[in-house]
Amino acid sequence: MPLEALVFYLLAALTIGSALIVAGSHNLVYSAFALLGTFMGVAGLYALLAADFVAVIQVMLYIGGILVLILFAVMLTHRIADVEVSNRTVGRIPAALILGIVGTVMGVCIGAAEWVQHAEPVVEPTTSGIGEAFLGPYILPFELASVVLLVALIGAVVVSRKELRGPMVDG
Amino acid sequence: MQSFIDGLIASGAFGGLPAEAVYPAMMFLFASLVVFGFVLPLVTITIWLERRVWSRIQSRVGPNRVGPQGVLQGLADGVKNILKEDVVPDAADRPLFVFAPYLLVWGFLATFVVIPFSSALVIADLNVGILYIVAIVALSAVGVLMAGWASNNKWSLLGGIRSAAQVVSYEIPAGLALLPVVLLTGTLSTQGIIQAQGWAPWDWFLFHSPFTFIAAFAFYISALAETNRTPFDIPEAESELVAGFATEYSGFRFALFFLAEWGSLYVTGAIMAVLFLGGWQIPTGWTNNTVVLNIAQLTVFFLKAYFWVFLAMWIRATLPRIRVDQMMSLCWKYLVPLGFVNLVGTAVWMVIWPEGNAFVPYLMVVGTLALIVIFFRRVLYHLRRAKPELYFNPAI
Repeated sequence: MPLEALVFYLLAALTIGSALIVAGSHNLVYSAFALLGTFMGVAGLYALLAADFVAVIQVMLYIGGILVLILFAVMLTHRIADVEVSNRTVGRIPAALILGIVGTVMGVCIGAAEWVQHAEPVVEPTTSGIGEAFLGPYILPFELASVVLLVALIGAVVVSRKELRGPMVDG
Repeated sequence: MQSFIDGLIASGAFGGLPAEAVYPAMMFLFASLVVFGFVLPLVTITIWLERRVWSRIQSRVGPNRVGPQGVLQGLADGVKNILKEDVVPDAADRPLFVFAPYLLVWGFLATFVVIPFSSALVIADLNVGILYIVAIVALSAVGVLMAGWASNNKWSLLGGIRSAAQVVSYEIPAGLALLPVVLLTGTLSTQGIIQAQGWAPWDWFLFHSPFTFIAAFAFYISALAETNRTPFDIPEAESELVAGFATEYSGFRFALFFLAEWGSLYVTGAIMAVLFLGGWQIPTGWTNNTVVLNIAQLTVFFLKAYFWVFLAMWIRATLPRIRVDQMMSLCWKYLVPLGFVNLVGTAVWMVIWPEGNAFVPYLMVVGTLALIVIFFRRVLYHLRRAKPELYFNPAI
């Protein structure tokens, strides 16, 4: 087996294995920590595809930002380790439905996509290309996303500041 | 590195093993060599240095018994820690408790991949080197949170949460403070950033413009906070939280926490040297021997890195701990706006003087030197007046 394929299967196993723990574990804290494996696996796949910038950003945003925030929320919740769900069968039919739809769409997409294949592995810096694409052809989506994030930031500040709420809330 | 292994394979050193098996084995061997031959001595010596420096600042002697001047103290401590019983509390979450220290050590060891010790000595000169260092620190934050939660202890949990809040907050001013350098060089590679500077102080980015000067110290403060150093050591504040997230740990795992903490202190110094002090840059042309040149570069790099490490020790022995709310307001109300000012200021500076101002760097070097001279004259004056014998004999 070529080395690339071996590394790919190891990373895929890491990603899918920890994703299974995320979905299946009864302990919410284990689920949150297993996300680390999923994110690292995906970052590794990006690195394997020579997308170095995206891999590093994946680690920075998803592990440094989102995972830490999730862990924060999980740990500050009281008695998180034994959550009792009274009826476990409720979600099954919608879950199967969504899984079927998403699976079909992804299968069709994978079949229809035209995969670009290089004879030689291409390893070149991608950072400047991404930057120029953001400030060139894709400037409108980029700016829109920035505005959405700014709105979210201001919203968070407004929600968390007590003196800006009405006297009714403070009692 | 790869060509070297390819040569070994071609010469039949591995007895015809397939290259797919040789590469991972050699990577593993090389990584172990780096860890045991380089990082461990580095960290033990940093810890010894810190204890000696503190002692001198507090008019004590410090560890001076094991080896010459006590250099081998870290070895003795390490052996002692490994021989201790590895206690896992009954109520702790065993798998997470056992795994957390490794994650922490992993997060700091991974940064050594991109630190350029000389023009030839770098494990991998990634195109995204600086960004990689900023990103991989997040692993340590997850490790600290894991340790804090798995210990099933109020102090540990509080310490872990404080630490995570601190790391996540100070990532932003740290990232903003290194952006001026990235703007100036147009690259994220650590070697590229060093090559854009020169050996002389006025070629360093520290003295490139007032904005980079401020950015350097903003980055240093943020890095101190990210590595939980005093005055930002609230995650392990002894007077409030026993030992924070490390409270329940003992033996080898506690030693790993120690290793990660002082290791990341050195990494902080090394990044400061790379970004703002010109890294391994030395005057060229005086030797043609590559080995001699690289050793000289290595020495210069270590001196620059240890300058910042020494500064951190000095700060730790001098300043009291700040409160949690002060820590947050320092980050969000001062360092983040300052970071934006530096970024825009550097951009404007580059528009006005694309090649860099010819006069300002010299002025800033002279000013800094004058400050240092005045400071040492004051210190020497007080030393002469006080006549403490301990200080005049540094090798007790």
